[in-house]
Formats: sequence, C-alpha cells, structure tokens
Amino acid sequence: MNTQAQYLKTIYLVQDETDGPASTGDIADNLGVSPASANEMIGKLESRGLAEHEKYKGVSLTDEGIGRARDALQTYCIIERFLLEVLEVEEFQAEARQLESVIDETVAERLDTIIDRAECCPDCFDAETDACELLEVDVPTEPAD
Amino acid sequence: MSLTQPVASDHQLARLLQIGMVLEEVVEARAHKHHEAIGEEALDDGVLALLEEAAEESGEHRRRLESLVSELDADPVAYEEIETLVAAQYESDTDFDGVLYDQLCNEETAYKFYDDLIAAIEGSDVEFTIGRERLLETLKAIRRDEREGVEDVTALMERRE
Repeated sequence: MNTQAQYLKTIYLVQDETDGPASTGDIADNLGVSPASANEMIGKLESRGLAEHEKYKGVSLTDEGIGRARDALQTYCIIERFLLEVLEVEEFQAEARQLESVIDETVAERLDTIIDRAECCPDCFDAETDACELLEVDVPTEPAD
Repeated sequence: MSLTQPVASDHQLARLLQIGMVLEEVVEARAHKHHEAIGEEALDDGVLALLEEAAEESGEHRRRLESLVSELDADPVAYEEIETLVAAQYESDTDFDGVLYDQLCNEETAYKFYDDLIAAIEGSDVEFTIGRERLLETLKAIRRDEREGVEDVTALMERRE
C-alpha cells in the first residue's frame, strides 16, 4: 500500500471516529509522522481532488477520496485476516501495520483468494480494536520490535 | 515523506518471506486446479505447458524461500495447508482465457511483491542472520523468473488473439 493510500485510510478512519473533518494533528499522530509531513501530503491530496482542507476545521475526503480510502482499508483488512487465519499470528494488528507499506493491493488481492472475508468488508472494521469486528479481538497491540 | 518502512528485523523478514512462500503455493495450487478443472484433453499444448511450467517454477521458488525462512529460525508454510485453502475458495475458470488471465495476475503479482520486498530490504541497514548479498541474489533471481513469466503469458495471449 503506497503512502497516499495510507493517508486516505487514516483520514477516513479519523473522520469516522470524530464524525467530522479530521485534524492535521490527529492524522499525523495516527501515522507517526510530523504535522509538516502530514500537511504536505494533505496538499497533494487536495490537488488530486481526493480531499478538501478547511483552515481551522480540518480535512474531509471527497467522494473519490472516500472510495479510494475504502479500497485501502479493505487491503489492510485482507492483510490482517491473512496474518491471523493463515499464518496464525497473534499480534496481527501490530504486524499488519508494519507490513502494510510493503504489501501492494494486487498482492493483497491474491492473498484474498485463500481467506474468508465477509461481504460487508470494510464496513465491519472497528478503529478502536484496529481490526474487523467479526474477528472478536480485544485491544490493539503495540508494534513489535 | 514516505511511510514505506524498511525491513527492520529478522522477524519481519521471515514474515515477508513466508508471504512469498504462500504466493508461490497459491500459484502452484491454482495451476493444478486449472489443469484438473479443464482436463488435459481440452487444453491446448501451449496452455498445458504454461501451467506445468508455472507449477514447477513456483515449487522451485517455494523451496528456495523455505530454505531462507528456516535459516531465520521461522516456520515454513506447509504447501498442503495452502492447497486446501485454495481448493476451498476456488472457482473454476473453465475457459482458456480465464486461465491465462489468472496466470498473468499470478506472475504480475509475484513480480510486484518481490520488487517491493527487494526495495524494502535495500532500504534497511539491519544486519540479518542471512547474508544480505545471498538474500538479495536469491530474491532478484526469483523476480527475474517472474518477469519472464509475465512475458511468456503475454506472448501466449497475443498468439491466441
């Protein structure tokens, strides 16, 4: 998943959680980058018609941005479910976060051919547990070393 | 301003190599399933040879990756397990074009995966248990095979048009 996709997914989840525009600070915190880096990418997303940034309010995705964010979230869900179901990784959320930048959506599509994912994906993603709510997990794990 | 993470540990490297093994196993198992579903008599020589070569090559790649995974003190992913998962979700592509398209996706996906993995390893300054030079040589050789695989399937598709 490329950098743009990771930003779109994060903005989508922050917007969903706060039920409004996403603040640059929240986006930067969630991605572990500086606010300056987040601002730079937000500018690019705006110029590509994927997001709108209103000063003092925050960032909102456009319809096209939402579509791409949902695709990115789906890719993330495939990685998580693959790690849990096929490789039986207990800390699958932490490992998915580490691996998402190396796993392209085309690779995830192939992995999707051997996992059991619900049709409602990615609507069943729960940002609080950082996992699909159908997986019955408790709290997100911290990234491993 | 990239969020791309370099490979940071033996553990992460082993996990990525395990994913590579699974991709190879999916190719191998799907090639066998296509063969089974269409039947040997119905397959023309070109498609039959392609499926056999794809399965053989993936088996060879899987063994090379398995050897690296073992050196990292991680468990390889059993082929039989992936074969069962592929069979459970397999939907038959009963025509040649469907089979060829699936093989093209397999080869392109594998190429992209190894390309990204090589970049992530080259972007890392971690000293892995496996010698970096041998690791990259192995992965680059597999990537080269995948690129040739894409070219072979594309050529066969063009001949059939």
